[in-house]
Amino acid sequence: MKSIAELEAIRQKTLERVSYRKDADNDIRVVVGMATCGIAAGARPVMLTFMDEIRKRNLQNVTVSQTGCIGMCRLEPMVDVIVPGKEKVTYVNLNPDMVPRIVTEHIVNGNPVMEYTIGAAEKK
Amino acid sequence: MRDLSMHVLDIAQNSVKAQAGLITITLARDADDWLTLTVRDDGCGMTPEFAAKVTDPFTTTRTTRKVGLGIPLLKENAERTGGMVVIRSAPGRGTVLTATFNLRHIDCPPMGRMCDTLLTLVVMNPDKPDFLFEASRPGREASFDTRAVREALGEVPMNTPDVTDWMRQAIEEEFKPILEVS
Repeated sequence: MKSIAELEAIRQKTLERVSYRKDADNDIRVVVGMATCGIAAGARPVMLTFMDEIRKRNLQNVTVSQTGCIGMCRLEPMVDVIVPGKEKVTYVNLNPDMVPRIVTEHIVNGNPVMEYTIGAAEKK
Repeated sequence: MRDLSMHVLDIAQNSVKAQAGLITITLARDADDWLTLTVRDDGCGMTPEFAAKVTDPFTTTRTTRKVGLGIPLLKENAERTGGMVVIRSAPGRGTVLTATFNLRHIDCPPMGRMCDTLLTLVVMNPDKPDFLFEASRPGREASFDTRAVREALGEVPMNTPDVTDWMRQAIEEEFKPILEVS
């Protein structure tokens, strides 16, 4: 069994760097649609892949959260990436294989992956 | 829903929306391969009138649309295996949903990645509510309680990547031998 004592070490380590994590308002937000439609379409592995990639790259300024159904169930799994000061980008019909590219190109380098966005999907 | 783990993720979201403080999810598998899923919360509960019609797909608390498919889909899948869904609820006292599945039935959906569901619930709801996960099969049981994790972490959020990774390992260690084997 993993021991609760290990959490104490994680706590210490996290608190040491909390100084530059103070203004969460400037975080990049990744918002995953997690209503019945999103879950059935495969939102969970998409969300977990985002968490994985963020951890692998040690990105401190990104938060992943969930939202409900926004009424475009046929386009699920959907994810909004919200970079402070920029327009929200909505990705649609995602699968876990598409996530590393969004993290690299959009979240790290600031260039949305246009071909995965809702704008590109609607033109098809 | 392709598997049971997705139902659990979906149904537990109802408890989150009911402003629960603690959600207890229990998966008990007996010697005859019947699985009993119980989702218990201390949220706002439902009136008898509303509880009576939640299995109707045209019932929802949402105001944006008139459909809610979570419970109807669960009920359909449970009943296809010879099981059922029972909901007990009272306003202000919370809700207990019980679903039974005959795992040996040809129409029973696979278990799916239940550990991923449990982790997702915690990570997506880092502040509130707390979760107690319990699972059992003959001769073996496991539990995971986010209240203990929260207490050990103090002010550090539950969705900190290192904490998430620790919880993933802890949940998989506890539950995989019970839930993700045939």
